[in-house]
Amino acid sequence: MNGTPAIELRKINKRFGPVHANRNIDLVVKKGSIHGIIGENGAGKSTLMSILYGFYHADDGDIVINGNKVSIPDSKSAISLGIGMVHQHFMLVDNFSVLENVILGAEGGARLAGGVDKARQELRRLEEEYELRVDPDAIVQDLPVGLQQRVEILKALFRGADILILDEPTGVLTPAEADHLFKILEVLRDEGKTVLLITHKLREIMAITDTVSVMRRGEMVATRETSQTSMSELAELMVGRSVLLRVEKEQAQPSDTVLAIENLTVTDSRGVQVVKDVSFEVRAGEIVGIAGVSGNGQSELLETLAGIRRATSGTLRIGGQVIDLADRIIDPAEMRQLSMGHVPEDRHRMGLVTSFPEYENAILGYHHDPEYSNGVFLDLAAIKKTAQTEIERYDIRPPNPLLKTANFSGGNQQKIVLAREIERDPQVLLVGQPTRGVDIGAIEFIHKRLIEMRDAAKGVLLVSVELDEIRGLSDRILVMFDGRIVGERGPDASEGELGLLMAGVEGEAS
Amino acid sequence: MNAGQLPRWVDFGLIPLLNLTAAFLVSGLVVLIIGENPIEVVQVLLWGALGFGEGVGFTLFYATNFIFTGLAVAVAFHAGLFNIGGEGQAYIGGLGVAFACLALDQVVPWWVTMPFAIVGAALAGAAWAFIPAWLQATRGSHIVITTIMFNFIAASLMVYLLVNVIGEAGSMQPETRTFEDGGRLPFLNDFIPFADFGTAPVNLSLVLGLIACFGVWLLIWRTRLGYEIRSFGANPTAAVYAGISPVRTIVVTMLISGGLAGMMAMNEIMGSQHRLLIEFVTGYGFVGIAVALMGRAHPIGIVLAAVLFGMLYQGGAELSFEIPTITRDMIVVIQGLVILFAGALEHMFRPALVQFFTMRRLNAAQTG
Amino acid sequence: MFETLILLLDSTVRLSTPLLLACLAGLYSERAGVVDIGLEGKMLGAAFGAAAVGYISGNAFLGLLAGIGVSIGLALIHGFASISNRGNQIVSGVAINFLAAGLTALLGQAWFRQGGRTPPLPEGGRFTNIELPFAEAVRDVPYIGPLYGELISGHNILVYAAFAAVPLTWWILFKTRFGLRLRAVGENPAAVDTAGISVIWLRYRAVIMCGVLCGFAGAYLSIAQSAGFIANMTAGKGFIALAALIFAKWQPRNAMFACLLFGFLDAAAIRLQGQEIAGIGEIPVQFFQALPYVLTVILLAGFIGKAIPPKAAGIPYVKERT
Repeated sequence: MNGTPAIELRKINKRFGPVHANRNIDLVVKKGSIHGIIGENGAGKSTLMSILYGFYHADDGDIVINGNKVSIPDSKSAISLGIGMVHQHFMLVDNFSVLENVILGAEGGARLAGGVDKARQELRRLEEEYELRVDPDAIVQDLPVGLQQRVEILKALFRGADILILDEPTGVLTPAEADHLFKILEVLRDEGKTVLLITHKLREIMAITDTVSVMRRGEMVATRETSQTSMSELAELMVGRSVLLRVEKEQAQPSDTVLAIENLTVTDSRGVQVVKDVSFEVRAGEIVGIAGVSGNGQSELLETLAGIRRATSGTLRIGGQVIDLADRIIDPAEMRQLSMGHVPEDRHRMGLVTSFPEYENAILGYHHDPEYSNGVFLDLAAIKKTAQTEIERYDIRPPNPLLKTANFSGGNQQKIVLAREIERDPQVLLVGQPTRGVDIGAIEFIHKRLIEMRDAAKGVLLVSVELDEIRGLSDRILVMFDGRIVGERGPDASEGELGLLMAGVEGEAS
Repeated sequence: MNAGQLPRWVDFGLIPLLNLTAAFLVSGLVVLIIGENPIEVVQVLLWGALGFGEGVGFTLFYATNFIFTGLAVAVAFHAGLFNIGGEGQAYIGGLGVAFACLALDQVVPWWVTMPFAIVGAALAGAAWAFIPAWLQATRGSHIVITTIMFNFIAASLMVYLLVNVIGEAGSMQPETRTFEDGGRLPFLNDFIPFADFGTAPVNLSLVLGLIACFGVWLLIWRTRLGYEIRSFGANPTAAVYAGISPVRTIVVTMLISGGLAGMMAMNEIMGSQHRLLIEFVTGYGFVGIAVALMGRAHPIGIVLAAVLFGMLYQGGAELSFEIPTITRDMIVVIQGLVILFAGALEHMFRPALVQFFTMRRLNAAQTG
Repeated sequence: MFETLILLLDSTVRLSTPLLLACLAGLYSERAGVVDIGLEGKMLGAAFGAAAVGYISGNAFLGLLAGIGVSIGLALIHGFASISNRGNQIVSGVAINFLAAGLTALLGQAWFRQGGRTPPLPEGGRFTNIELPFAEAVRDVPYIGPLYGELISGHNILVYAAFAAVPLTWWILFKTRFGLRLRAVGENPAAVDTAGISVIWLRYRAVIMCGVLCGFAGAYLSIAQSAGFIANMTAGKGFIALAALIFAKWQPRNAMFACLLFGFLDAAAIRLQGQEIAGIGEIPVQFFQALPYVLTVILLAGFIGKAIPPKAAGIPYVKERT
């Protein structure tokens, strides 16, 4: 093993139209190390890795692999240079077997017969060498996500990858699965492979990497030996100033129950129970946070309460009404009638019609209000007036209600949703991932608004995968694991304690 | 490469124009291959379509058909649905018109029959769109495929009905008896004294078509239903979040779309043929797709595109008289090319234009 | 009775052949994620090309090649629009159908001046029926004679090619590298792209395969089944083939059965025209004509099993900005 770095990037630039996604990036990655790249959402990490994997072309700059200057026009070149990538959204063919997925693109001949047998042997060897066990004949869509990710790693190794890029690999994993992944990565490093780990989670960086580089707004701002740095230094580098992780707030003054759920069970379209016998209540004047690794039923819970998803059984009490969910289908319009606001987890997919001008999104879901329509026609003047008011009150920029919503930044789009839901003055507000992909300034603003809602004696139910956000905002924390609520803690619960609950290790009734 | 990168006039003016030009250039090439002179062809075509009163009349008559089928496709587009079944819906729409006319033409004047015929046409067309819509909404069957299938089913059904059930007894032709005056819309010639459309059958349906255009504009951009249709078309998940029922939106939109397609039969059956006969739709439904695409699913665009296609139809008829080697099939070729360039290849010129305008903006920024 | 049945099945085979060729053509395209409602147009173009060259050259094989050439040309237009330019695949298919319908009639009239027809094909310009070995010898053996001599023997080479294409397609799809990639790109093109395979080139190859088979289908109509081209001679067969493809749930073997079923309905319609059936009366011929479409709609609705198309079908591939 000599001193030549596995990867060297020099002055990489990439623009998407007006967005300068990567600006003069320099990066050196040592052979046989685990190198972390950390940064907020939208810092340009994924773009940089996509350039390295030949998915995008850099506008200018050099890529040097193992000491040789190379060009990577497509993924094929990346693969032949020994670069493998595990994408955030798996690049698997769902209805293919594991084996078929692994050999795709590396079949070893025009006929499949010969290559398949060789691949089977090679897979067995890889399984043993790296403890990557998975049934080669299983159909991918039947596998849990942790195993699907393993297939992705196998794919890369099967192609002889020496450099493995993992893009936010733990987002879909439980802490236990993530730990297992980290063990695999350590084995890979010890075998001489180079691992590039892309993440926005500080904990992971500290736990596993040898070296860490920090990206901020398209620039590479620092590189540190992991042993020589700290979480707080990295956090500061990520956002460019010291972060206030604590949200300033008074003690909560909870009063009457405004939302109560009893024995709620939800089954998804595949017939799998995703929410299992969940009961809790939210009182006026408190924020109840639901913590959990994504994919443990929080999204389904939120969507069911909002009337988007159908429950199999359970009772809902809201606004003086008791609704038996087994008997009756509720819909989102009805829930709004019952004074429930909903800031959905994914504003692009659900919260906004991004091709509409801003003012049309200001009434999405409230277009039935007599204020905005007489039953047949829309009252455009009233709608635009509402939009204008909200723009001013929430400092939405640019302050132009006629502008297409897609042309607002992530933070401003989130403010459009938040304004719409809060300004209808609901008794109960459901909030999902309120600050995902939102810049720091807007995060503070959004957090303040949620606290204000609470202080105005409204009930807020907050779902977030960001533990810091949950701990900072909530007055009570419920932890979800595998569709159940496995525990309730106060806002001062330690990260470790919550982490164990989230992993399902300390399953207990609350 | 989204729409925001180009000035509006480029998006809605220059690009359609370039696409159209490309289609016509290739058409010219086809004319050259046949061994005729494209310039001469254009002259004959334009003169045939606009050069004299009767030509204009025919142009407007054909345009009326295209307005209805174009609007039908456009309304569905706004809900993200591709209604390729205008052909069948218009065909079945003919049944509705014919029932009204056959029942009333001998007892009441045309203006009493007319509202019944309109309702009949719209109801019949909507009914034919209902099953594909309902299957898409509740069973997820792809509406493109089901509406294609329904075009063929409509064709078989209509032949059967006209031959075996409602055809005129004793006639060899698969058609109904000819309507009396009470089942005939007045020609524009009859009530616009200075109009000189000759024998062209352009009739009151044109006015109906223009009213429908205004109605569609109102529906899509000014009503709550239109808001729901557009929301559902642009982002079905957000629409569900907003409490908009997908089943209701799909079905209602398709009923409107089918109804508009069905109303095309007003022009052909009550306005011109004065009897129900087989194959009176002959591709108008499909051309509606091209009209809606070219008109960017906006009523004003649709009227312009419908007139353009009307000119092609009428000019093409004239062409086959003047230059016998160029049959009416030339029009089918031109339609195909317009659909190809304005529809399937609509983004072909876009990357080059984006580059051009970005360069210009950068240059302007540097110098200014 | 047996004799009637054999005759019915014999014409079923003849009528199924163009459907089967077009259906398999569509299978390649749609399995790769490119929806093709332009099968009709490609068949029509191929029928014209085959008849025109068959007439001029007097050679059926040259005619077939020409038909395939025309069909590939149209397929490439579809590919250019829907793969390279990421245009709407349905719209492109509609355009292809218009173009083919217009151009064949227009050029037919301009070149041959027989109202859009091509002149009758000369000797050699047409595929003739092949007598299989021993067909004559076993003719008088009961049951086996007619079965072999009438039903299996005595078709032209394209009929045999069509039925041979079924196992061949199955083999290509499930036993070769090309097939694996083809199926993958129809399900998740991003997986194919990140595996270092060109999505564009792969889809173009699928579309070209589609063109080749539509070429066979069109040539069969004009220089095997008939002796020349007639304007719009496909008469909706491309759409029946599309229906059959859905009916077959995009599987080669099912495609054969679906096409045989639809061919049988057609044959039965011709056979039963004007005949009374005891207890039922005369079944209108339109009933049989509409039946394939009605059956397909019922299948699509999921009342008799569910037809799930390839997941990426109809969606242009765009590299996502992550």
